[in-house]
Amino acid sequence: MKKGYFGEFGGCFVPELLMPPLLEVEEAMRSIVPTERFQAELQDLLHNFAGRPTPLTFCPRLSEELGIELWLKREDLLHSGAHKINNTLGQALLAKYMGKTALVAETGAGQHGVASAVAAARLGMRCTVYMGAEDVERQAPNVMRMRLLGATVIPVESGTRTLKDAINEALRAWISQQQTTHYCFGTAAGPHPFPTLVRMFQQVIGQETGAQMRERTGKLPDAVVACVGGGSNAIGMFHPFLEEPGVKLIGVEAAGTGEPGCFNSAPLSLGVPGVLHGSLTMLLQNSDGQIEPSQSISAGLDYPGVGPEHAYLHKSGRVRYVMVRDQRALAAFERLCRAEGILPALESSHALAWVLDHAEEFAPGSKVVVNLSGRGDKDLGIARKAFGLQDMGDIC
Amino acid sequence: MHILEEKIRAAREAGRVALIPFVTAGFPDDGSFWPAIQELDEGGADIIEIGIPFSDPVADGPVVEEASRRVLSDGMSLTRLLGELEERKDFFRCGIVLMGYYNPILQYGLGKFAVDAARAGVHGVIVPDLPYEEAGELRALLAAQGIALIALVGPNTDAGRMRLYAEVSQGYVYVVSVMGTTGQRAQLAPQVAETMRRARSVFSLPLALGFGLSEPAQIEDLPPDARPDAAVFGSALLRWLDEGNSAADFIARWK
Repeated sequence: MKKGYFGEFGGCFVPELLMPPLLEVEEAMRSIVPTERFQAELQDLLHNFAGRPTPLTFCPRLSEELGIELWLKREDLLHSGAHKINNTLGQALLAKYMGKTALVAETGAGQHGVASAVAAARLGMRCTVYMGAEDVERQAPNVMRMRLLGATVIPVESGTRTLKDAINEALRAWISQQQTTHYCFGTAAGPHPFPTLVRMFQQVIGQETGAQMRERTGKLPDAVVACVGGGSNAIGMFHPFLEEPGVKLIGVEAAGTGEPGCFNSAPLSLGVPGVLHGSLTMLLQNSDGQIEPSQSISAGLDYPGVGPEHAYLHKSGRVRYVMVRDQRALAAFERLCRAEGILPALESSHALAWVLDHAEEFAPGSKVVVNLSGRGDKDLGIARKAFGLQDMGDIC
Repeated sequence: MHILEEKIRAAREAGRVALIPFVTAGFPDDGSFWPAIQELDEGGADIIEIGIPFSDPVADGPVVEEASRRVLSDGMSLTRLLGELEERKDFFRCGIVLMGYYNPILQYGLGKFAVDAARAGVHGVIVPDLPYEEAGELRALLAAQGIALIALVGPNTDAGRMRLYAEVSQGYVYVVSVMGTTGQRAQLAPQVAETMRRARSVFSLPLALGFGLSEPAQIEDLPPDARPDAAVFGSALLRWLDEGNSAADFIARWK
């Protein structure tokens, strides 16, 4: 297979000026990440700073209702509230080993921006986060968190003023700052080697899940379900199970409102192959190759592209990719709160919603693990609007 | 010798730096674009680069990005550009180069693009997000039609990587003056001379300097052994046109 490719997908479609820093990251990934010293330092950060390993929680009430065993991998309990920190600690530490003194990052809803700011602060690095101007307005609490953590947040006014444009601007910034700065890419997408590097730092999710299931139930799960935006939590969960044919893998994309012709965030289900942000992957685009806006109630899934390894796993059929609409994700969000006392992120609620709505597709008693990639505190404003909970005004 | 190389060498033999203006297709508006291209051609452009608009132009600064956004909302597309170009191809004296990101070309179809571009009189193509490692297929398809895929190198391209490009390139080499995106800058970065000398030592093709040029004097200020064979100017020209000025007046300043 061609370097940096997953089947026909992936590659490194960037300006020549970005090739030297990308080759430098690739070399560091190969020569530094596997070393004992790096791994020891990363494990220490993950265990004693971020809160790994995360629990695997059995859901008694929902399991009873659904007739399956429902388990949740609790990435929501990590420091800063989502799986993103697995990747930012890994990349920030790698950047430090590479002699870089600063991080640049993009962010949509702000979760990766916050996780980057946390990692940079912890490791004594500067951090600049590019964020679409529209997202800056919608996600004010995360902007404040990043600034409190010492990061510089730069609103991006170009294009659609959202995540896609924040990535464009971060790549532009990296061109001019590459000598001192590492681009801490937030998802398992982008140019080679980011899809592989991010997966390396996220596959701890699937590794822990497999070990915990064996320990608790004596076997691997029958199915593993994760939401897919760019796809970092999903690839981290799926990858250790790819060679386990007994484990069904299901990736859940965001269908948006589900109205005919609506914008969505489901390039695997509804897109066609193309090149954006450095990789050949499935994309939402028009017939002229112009990128279409994406849409989802969940900002973390709101992206017109997807990691190239997912495009490959979609084509090969190893992972089944499905879609969930905004309203079903909201229903799952509320149901998990009431039934199990856990407030999930709207992103993770998409994965949960698919299981809740399709439990009959599993044999009775099947062990199904949903990756609860983040916590939902950040989504209270959206939930309040959606459920008409005026009385929550005092709380949030 | 490729026709684009001939154009630049002819300028050099005449004792001048070849002029390569860049204009985004359909800019500043439908009615003014082709007349502007004609003025540039008549005004002494040796090669004209026409930008294929893209929604996410990651190598470009704000001026080119905004121009792309505007012409896209006016309905410009690669299909339309090639059609309009084919109607006019016999009118131009200068070389014609298309510059655009990979995805619109990929969606058009790489093979179909090479054939249709040749039919429309295109001599060269620049794809800013297609580095050496990914460019083989398109380069071969274009070469079969006599079209050069122009290499881009910059201040951080070492001699080893330049040699990779040198082995496969035709036409001319686009030397990026800055570690940054397109857009005019008052002064060239100090490392330009070093980049130009390194490129000169590796490439036998003519060198075109671009990104950040706004004044002819910027070229004259370079040491003689670091001067390019051609100068590319884009953002400064787009601004000039957007203010309602004539392309003829702009290029007259550079002659």
